[in-house]
Amino acid sequence: MRTFAALFWRDLVLNIRSSGGAALSAAFFALIVVLAPLGLGPNAATLKALGPGLFWIAALLATLLGLERMVQQDVEDGTLDLFRLSPLPMELIIVAKILAHWLTSGLIITLLAPLLAPLLSLSFDAVPTLTLSLLLGTPGLSSIGAAAAALGTSVQRGGMVLAILVLPLNVPFLIFGASAVAAAQSGNDPSQALIFLAAASLIAMVVGPLAAAAALRLNED
Amino acid sequence: MRLVAEGLAALRGERVVFRHVNFEVSSGQALVLYGPNGSGKTTLLRILAGLLAVMAGRLRLLDNDSQPLTGEARDGALHFISHQDMIRTQLRVRETLRFHAALLGAPARDVDAALDVWGLSALAGISGGFLSAGQRRRLSLARLSLQPRRLWLLDEPLVALDAQARARLNNVCNKHLADGGIIVAATHEPFLAGMRTLHLSSGA
Repeated sequence: MRTFAALFWRDLVLNIRSSGGAALSAAFFALIVVLAPLGLGPNAATLKALGPGLFWIAALLATLLGLERMVQQDVEDGTLDLFRLSPLPMELIIVAKILAHWLTSGLIITLLAPLLAPLLSLSFDAVPTLTLSLLLGTPGLSSIGAAAAALGTSVQRGGMVLAILVLPLNVPFLIFGASAVAAAQSGNDPSQALIFLAAASLIAMVVGPLAAAAALRLNED
Repeated sequence: MRLVAEGLAALRGERVVFRHVNFEVSSGQALVLYGPNGSGKTTLLRILAGLLAVMAGRLRLLDNDSQPLTGEARDGALHFISHQDMIRTQLRVRETLRFHAALLGAPARDVDAALDVWGLSALAGISGGFLSAGQRRRLSLARLSLQPRRLWLLDEPLVALDAQARARLNNVCNKHLADGGIIVAATHEPFLAGMRTLHLSSGA
């Protein structure tokens, strides 16, 4: 447990202190939302229609940012050897990393989204659903990202490969997340889409660490 | 404790780096590996650490009752100091060693003592990015002082160390051997005079 906590804390500190870490994720998310009205024009009806999708596209891209650092550097600088010799199972090591990544990307985005909602003319009633959908969905995004990041370690400069691997797997999150927000905005019940989103997220949280640990073991040679 | 290797052979990529490697090291003994670049010293150490599989041969780490150690018990009986330093610019010296202590399952209170042994106390609060090559090496070697473990596997421990740090390393290693430990070290320089050596030849 102490090993788990120390690993989680170390990754959290690394994410916060790195130039490409938490601050960049938050800034990237905010920039997409801030720039969208400038590109799409100030028409409130257009923004309202596009808003749910834009928020979720921004979330998908912003959570992608810290992933390359998540395991790649540990493989390159030999820390992976210490992980493998440590009594802590590789799956739990990945869980600690996912948690640290989520706190410095998904959670920050979730907290930021309500503040940015007026920029895309999102109706006031849809804001709680937006926050809830991000809260439910982003842990899944970090989990899928961990599996892809671990797979990507066998490739030099795997950043591009990572994006290609991750984004198709994240499509269900985009669809259910955006449709939940859109439903809330048009006065419909968003719970069905939210349930699917939560289910996808739960599956990812279980499968992600298992797949990532397996990928790192394959990387052993 | 004994480390016994019989007819070890290893494959890297599609090349056999060494074969027919035999040795036996017991408590209080050290084995110093020599050989040109690419002769498989690091590969052999990684095999001894259990991080790589052997292509052929048999490797056993036996405890005092001649029972083979496996799995977590084996991992917990050895320190592996690779030639890589695992130091991040975003973490301070003490934070780095604390993290390594946690991974080893060593108590955090021993971190400051370990820093002291390796002459790093004055640097404890600075970022890993400001360390010189020799200081980085000492920070890696400080893992040895975090927790007593019987088998030490050292890959290029002397690189970048100054005379004082080399003397320190020698003292620490001799004390470890006197306490019944085992050391296997790969190096290009004279190290642990009087101990047994194993020469790996290139392209064997």
